[in-house]
Amino acid sequence: MATVTYDKASRVYPGQDAPAVDSLDLQIEDGEFLVLVGPSGCGKSTSLRMLAGLEEVDGGSIRIGDRDVTHMPPKDRDIAMVFQNYALYPHMTVAANMGFALKIAGVPKADIQQRVMEAAKLLDLVEYLDRKPKALSGGQRQRVAMGRAIVREPQVFLMDEPLSNLDAKLRVSTRTQIASLQRRLGITTVYVTHDQIEAMTMGDRVCVLKDGHLQQVDTPLKLYDKPANVFVAGFIGSPAMNIATFDLVEGDRAQLGEADVHLPPAVSSAVKAEGSDTVTVGFRPESLVPVSSEDVGGIPVTVDLVEELGSEAYVYGHPAGPKAEEQSDRMRSDTVIARVEPRMAPHKGEKVTFTVKDGESHFFSVKTGERIES
Amino acid sequence: MELRILATPHEQQALLDLPWDMPLEEWPEWYLVALPRGISRHVVRFTRLGGRVYALKEVVQSFADREYRLLRDLERLDVPSVQAVGVISGREAPNGEPLDSILVTRHLQFSLPYRALFARMMRRETVERLIDALVVLIARLHLLGFYWGDCSLSNTLFRRDAGAFAAYLVDAETGDLHNRLSKGQRDHDIEIARVNIAGEMMDLAAAGYLDDTVDPIATSDHVVERYYTLWSELTEWEAFDVNERWRIARRVERMNDLGFDVAELDIVTDIGGRTVRVQPKVVDPGHHSRRLLRLTGIDAQENQARRLLNDLDAYSAETDQQGEDEEIVANAWVMDCFEPVMRTIPREFRGKLEAPEIYHEVLEHRWYLSEQSGYDVGLNDAAQDYVDSVLRHKPDELAILGGTAVDPEETQPFRIPWDELG
Repeated sequence: MATVTYDKASRVYPGQDAPAVDSLDLQIEDGEFLVLVGPSGCGKSTSLRMLAGLEEVDGGSIRIGDRDVTHMPPKDRDIAMVFQNYALYPHMTVAANMGFALKIAGVPKADIQQRVMEAAKLLDLVEYLDRKPKALSGGQRQRVAMGRAIVREPQVFLMDEPLSNLDAKLRVSTRTQIASLQRRLGITTVYVTHDQIEAMTMGDRVCVLKDGHLQQVDTPLKLYDKPANVFVAGFIGSPAMNIATFDLVEGDRAQLGEADVHLPPAVSSAVKAEGSDTVTVGFRPESLVPVSSEDVGGIPVTVDLVEELGSEAYVYGHPAGPKAEEQSDRMRSDTVIARVEPRMAPHKGEKVTFTVKDGESHFFSVKTGERIES
Repeated sequence: MELRILATPHEQQALLDLPWDMPLEEWPEWYLVALPRGISRHVVRFTRLGGRVYALKEVVQSFADREYRLLRDLERLDVPSVQAVGVISGREAPNGEPLDSILVTRHLQFSLPYRALFARMMRRETVERLIDALVVLIARLHLLGFYWGDCSLSNTLFRRDAGAFAAYLVDAETGDLHNRLSKGQRDHDIEIARVNIAGEMMDLAAAGYLDDTVDPIATSDHVVERYYTLWSELTEWEAFDVNERWRIARRVERMNDLGFDVAELDIVTDIGGRTVRVQPKVVDPGHHSRRLLRLTGIDAQENQARRLLNDLDAYSAETDQQGEDEEIVANAWVMDCFEPVMRTIPREFRGKLEAPEIYHEVLEHRWYLSEQSGYDVGLNDAAQDYVDSVLRHKPDELAILGGTAVDPEETQPFRIPWDELG
């Protein structure tokens, strides 16, 4: 087992100006399940392949534990690329299926037996070692396949979108199973996905990438609660955060059309300090509540659609009011989304004014996109 | 969602008649070619439309689209691979439940899965020839920037090639086309091949299909060795003294022998002018088969083509036409030699072997007969005798789809999808 360190690691594809991965600095702890996530073209798969030795590293270095593996051939790196699936050989016993790759690698027979036994214990397969795969259940077969990777005792497991060929339903059940197996094994794992929900549910920490740059690496909860920039704020969370650019107005308030929100003094002074008179404001659907009589301001919304899910309900609407037209180009999305109490949701066409719960607004610089602490 | 059939117009028509609103697994037998099939990570079935056999693979849409595009790219690049015919997407069961897409590929006629080969013959030489074919295929793919990701005997089909084999890529699901492959990508690809091939051979051994003289590990190590040798022949700089310029011609000949044409050579002379360095820049595989196709219109594998071209040369010498225009002699050879032999083959035997392979075997047969008789028996008699004493007893190889055992699970390695994890 080992840590993994990307030290200003870069990859520039021949003929391209922008690096696919640009000076990536990332430290992955021993035994950690780290997920690389981002939209297509963000550099997540390239980063993984650099660690695997499949992509050349054009700048910086990569270490596994204390070993510099930057220019090491893939097979000497002590990593295992875990496939979406492994072949199981029908005429070979479970033990042989798990151990044959070690035999190819020239590992002594006694060592193979011992490692296969240890893996079988971890995977609850001891009593099946002498059977053929055909005699096993689907789940047991899958564990044999995992056993193939485990007996190699790699320092790091690498997984590149292993669930992408499954339909949505199966993906949900399978991701928890992979995550729990990884925790039992305690082997450092780097996992690539484009799906932020997969990332959030599986990773100890999640590393968000965009255009080859690291945006933020943190625990799922921290990413959600304190996104470091507008991109992370918009990428993490489903339904997505409402994000729009507001004008600063007197008295620690920010306005956009009819919408009027409170601005903490620290934020307004930070915005003024950078010489701006606008600020990007974000609030998650669950941070919106219908206004009560003592509230000042608020966000008027005309309801377009209500999604009743039983345990909760979502309101999808557009900004209401005479100035609503001007707002569209300043909003991330045309839709304002709010989570409301189920069975009490407003009706389509109704106008509702929401306010943001105290301390649940997110503020970002319009110039840099970086988070402004309130 | 709307059912969408992405395919050539000709094939779209035929595909329309299939029951796309049913999960592939539940298709009635009458739609399917009843041949053994292996357990795949996806549901795979074979069907016959307008006299051709098609393979259908049920898989999520993004994967089907991706593999379709990759296979089309490979086809454009002239890589021996199965031909992608289309993708059926937007499938829905009558109750509205969405169904996965289906990737349709055309089954490769006269191709053989390795298990079918091993079930009949398992001599060491056969293994060596399979391996050679696979190594040439991997090198061709790597030259084009294709990373296979799951190279194995199971993901390859073999066609006879004048006693040897030519390998075809069947499964591109894990593949990726790059501008150029890094050393790490090539190393990793070949390492995956090494482990897969050793595993497949160990499984054959466990099943009793492998001759004792074949060592799975040594064989898979051999794949790696052969690959690196071929790769350096195809790509490496070679340096020699300026007086040894004949070595340039030797290099080109060696590449031709391996079945590659050198379209461009990079030659650099050092400042003193004493040393010459040479590196092949553009190499195209299929040297002999392209020449045969150009001269005669006969589409053959590389070794078959070499064999037929040799016969063409011999014909040209025997008939004293060596000074003649190549195309004219080739035309005469087709009329005098190739076509008469093909006419000797009864229609019902034509599914046994491909035409160029039959011609190759007739040439062999003529040689044996002539040796026995002490005089040249001639092509026509040899062909007739070959049909009666050899071809009649061969199995049909036009469409062998799965293994040959009754229970497919007995012979096919199978794959476990993640969704069975539990």
